[in-house]
Amino acid sequence: MIQLENVTKTYPKASRPSLDNVSVGIEKGEFVFFIGPSGSGKSTIIKLLLHEVSPTRGKVVVNAKDVTTLRSWKVPHFRRSIGCVFQDFRLLPNRTAYENVAFALEVIGKTKAVARRVVPEVLELVGLGGKEHRYPHELSGGEQQRVAVARAFVNRPLILLADEPTGNLDPDTSIEIMRLLDRINRTGTTVVMVTHDSNIVNQMRRRVIEIESGRIVRDQARGVYG
Amino acid sequence: MRVKYVLNEVLVGLWRNVTMTIAMIITMSVSLTMLGASVLLYMQVDLMKEAYYGNIQVSIFLNDGITDGEKQAIDQAITNSSLVADKAFETKEDALKRFQTLWADSPDFVNAINAESLPESYRVRLKNPENYESFAKEIEKLPGIKQIIDQSDILEEVFDIFNSIQLASLIVAGFMAVAALLLVGNTIQVAAYSKRREVAVMKLVGASNWFIQAPFVLEAVVAGLIGAILGFVALFISKIVLLDGKLQALATILTPIPNGNVVLMLPLLAGVGALVSAVTAWVTLRFYLKV
Repeated sequence: MIQLENVTKTYPKASRPSLDNVSVGIEKGEFVFFIGPSGSGKSTIIKLLLHEVSPTRGKVVVNAKDVTTLRSWKVPHFRRSIGCVFQDFRLLPNRTAYENVAFALEVIGKTKAVARRVVPEVLELVGLGGKEHRYPHELSGGEQQRVAVARAFVNRPLILLADEPTGNLDPDTSIEIMRLLDRINRTGTTVVMVTHDSNIVNQMRRRVIEIESGRIVRDQARGVYG
Repeated sequence: MRVKYVLNEVLVGLWRNVTMTIAMIITMSVSLTMLGASVLLYMQVDLMKEAYYGNIQVSIFLNDGITDGEKQAIDQAITNSSLVADKAFETKEDALKRFQTLWADSPDFVNAINAESLPESYRVRLKNPENYESFAKEIEKLPGIKQIIDQSDILEEVFDIFNSIQLASLIVAGFMAVAALLLVGNTIQVAAYSKRREVAVMKLVGASNWFIQAPFVLEAVVAGLIGAILGFVALFISKIVLLDGKLQALATILTPIPNGNVVLMLPLLAGVGALVSAVTAWVTLRFYLKV
């Protein structure tokens, strides 16, 4: 499903590479944590998978597509198979929960009829039934992140990328979001989550890949934060 | 749905930034008016050349003491020339009559002239007025000729004036166009900035590039089209007020500008306005949106 082969990424002006000769494979349906201190290169992996940045060397394969050689006009279509959740939610403040999720469908060409059918379903799934018409500022942080998860999942992507999704949430709310991601994972969606929330990693007992200074120092099935 | 969405985005975008939009439309319309005026003038000079060149004559003025033999030689040379369409001989009396009608407004001046003081002349119409030079070479060596005058020389001077007016309005149009382009670029930047959240989400969920860019580009195109329509209206009104009204005397020299030509400016201005705006917006987006 996801294949990094000898990937090195050096940002311009950086003295050392963010990722240094990293190779890792992730199977379909896996739930993987990338952990490590700030600046270790975890977020660069998310950016590589989204084709926001290109590797300096090496090969990135997602969904059997070589991202490194992907034509730029094919990138939008490629991204439709990937859902994405961030620490700062990235919701549109002037749109309701329903409209935020529907927006993601409409801008990739789905009709309003499709949105009317699918959006309430996915909002129900993330536990926001009854709050469809609230604006982001009328929702708690956890609820806003649920909207973001709903938006990422509404397309039924093959992969869900989560970049510190619990970074802005209190521990109880974080656990609720993790339950949600777990449920999404059980539908067969591959989940890749970048975090340094040790509690969560220890509770979930999933595959843990630890990165330090751009190198993989640990790759453990059913691992803990350590 | 998508068409409605895009159109709605365009209107909201234009309104959100309405002062900038107005500035953009005004500079655009002034620039396009100048462009239209310049193109009209260009077409007009062509029309005038057609109208005037048909009536152009070469005048060959003869010496007062010319002998019959010399006159005959000149007559022969003109008749034999392959460049000549037709010729007429003007006697001293004919010249006086022409002089009298030409200066009918100043009788004192006319009375001071008698037929003897005016030269005899041949009035020659060339098949192609532009061949004047070669025609002059053919006959200028013949004795008895005082002066050869080509009317097209005078016309050329008039056309030169029109050409410089046309050039001047093109230059003004160019400067205004630069200002208009900068305003379009700036408006698009502001629009892109105010919609940066939407754009970020659209990129994230994989909206196609054209879908992200279309509202911005169309925003510029709509402003460009409005500018073109205003420019056309300005052009049409000034044509009616100036040439058909106050400056009608000028219009008789200019030969009338056909309304059809003025109407032709609408698609031209609209096309130029829309295309230039679209390209500017698109280029700006490539720098500021990084889709």
